[in-house]
Order: sequence, then C-alpha cells, then structure tokens
Amino acid sequence: MDRGVSESVSAFLDMGGYAAFVWPSYAITALVLVGMLVASLRWLRSTEAALAALKAERGAKGGAGEAAGEA
Amino acid sequence: MIQRFANPNRFMRLSAAVVPWMAGATVILGAAGLYLGLFQAPADYQQGESVRIMYVHVPAAWMALFCYTSMAAASATALIWKHPLADLAARSTAPIGICFTFLALITGSLWGKPMWGTWWVWDARLTSVLVLFFLYLGYMALVNAFDDPARGAKAAAVLALVGFVNVPIIKFSVDWWNSLHQPASVLKLGGPSIHPSMLAPLLLMALAFTTYYFWVLLVRLRAEILSTKIRAVRLRQVHG
Repeated sequence: MDRGVSESVSAFLDMGGYAAFVWPSYAITALVLVGMLVASLRWLRSTEAALAALKAERGAKGGAGEAAGEA
Repeated sequence: MIQRFANPNRFMRLSAAVVPWMAGATVILGAAGLYLGLFQAPADYQQGESVRIMYVHVPAAWMALFCYTSMAAASATALIWKHPLADLAARSTAPIGICFTFLALITGSLWGKPMWGTWWVWDARLTSVLVLFFLYLGYMALVNAFDDPARGAKAAAVLALVGFVNVPIIKFSVDWWNSLHQPASVLKLGGPSIHPSMLAPLLLMALAFTTYYFWVLLVRLRAEILSTKIRAVRLRQVHG
C-alpha cells in the first residue's frame, strides 16, 4: 500500500479524533442487530424442526390425525 | 382485510414470500446508507466527525418509537377485535423494540460524552427514553408471567396501551422542556433543516432499520405460530 493511501485510511479510522466514540457506536449497533436476527432465525429453525418431528412421529402411528394437525 | 391476514395458514404463505424481499432490502439500503454516511457525507461544522454517530443513533431512536407504536396498535387490535395474530405481533415486536431502544441509549451516550462532556444527564428526552426501555422490559416480563398465554397477553396489552402516553412525551420532550438534547431537525413543521448530503444517509439507514424490523418481525411471528401449533398438537396427544 502506498503512503498516501495508508495515510487516508488511518485518517478515516481516526474519525477526526472521535474514533473511540464513532466506531463503538457502529460496532454495538451491528452486534445487537445481527445478534437479534440470528437468535430469531435459530428459534424459527428449531420450531420448524420440532413440528416436523411431531408430524413424523404421528405419521409413524398411522397418520390418522395428519389433516387435523394442519388446521 | 383483517380477516385475510387473520388466517395463520395464509399468513405463513404470505410471510414466506415477503421475508426474502425484506432481507434483500435491508442489506442493500444498509450498505448504501453506510457508504454515504461514512464516506460521502461531510463532517459537521460544529461536531466534526462525531456527527456520523447520528446515522445509527437517530434511526434507532425512531425505530424505538415506531416499534412501541406498532406494539400498542397491535395490542389495541387484540383487545378490541380478538384478532389471533395481533397478540403474536405485539409479543414479537417487543424484543426488537427493546434492542432499538437500547441502541438509541448507548449510541446517544457515546455521542453525548464528546459533545456534552457527559455520558448521561437526567433531562426530559433521555429520561423518557429510559422509561420506554423499562416499559418494553415490563411488557416482556408480563406477557410471560402467566401459565395461560391468553391472560399474559391481555395484561401486557393493557400495559402497552397505558405506556403509549410516553411516546408523544418523548417526541415533544425537546420542545416542552429545556434539554441538552437538540430539537428535531427532520420530522418537524416546515420540513427538514438538515443538508441533503446528511439527510440521504440518515433516511437510507432509517429505511434499512424499518425493513430489518419487518424482516425480524416476520421471522419471529412465523416461529410464534409454529410454537402455537406445536402446543396444540401436544395438547391433543395428552388429551386424545
């Protein structure tokens, strides 16, 4: 990397002396929003898996209640 | 209209189609907002580069209020019309709203320290947003406090409606009381008083946060509906 580029990168990262306030703001926001999203997606996957397991179990018993389970 | 969405099976089909669009919109709007906010928008003539905290702080604060308003509206719908999805929508919104409120408080603190010289002051705007945080917390505690989910939902819906009085207090706190917090510069009579180079990333980030909310809301609603189905199947197994 040539000197001019590395200087402008470090100037960008320095945020005019406010790096200690700007970057934590963005980092915490990313962390909380991604964390909430991942937790929600995982919860959905686990309920989908649990419901599929329940249906498979009922299917093995003859599948008599299958239609009712859809209601 | 309401009846169309009241059917959980129809909702499952509809939400499955909408989720990928919300996800894509969040990524594209967020990337554009971050690019403009971090690289293109100028530094503020008074606040320097610290003004870039605005592009996460203000959208988070708007969404904290938007989520609470949605939660109160869903709670009212649930209480008045007994709409089966309204309770679940309110319940699914609360954890997302508390995330936005937490972020508004934390990023506000990180902005306050260099600009005001303090992490926190007990003034009207900051205190009323802290109250909002505790209202969300109370709602989430109450909705899960009963063995019967319907009773928890009803008690929590009443709390959400009573707590709604705090929303206009937050919005107008900077006009009604002296505050360190600056007054509104976007959502006010006479139009925004902020330069387009700063308004564009702000609005893009706000839109990204909005589509993020609907994305996560739909994912959580789907999980709530499937959980209800699982409970119903297990109950039938026990009693059948």
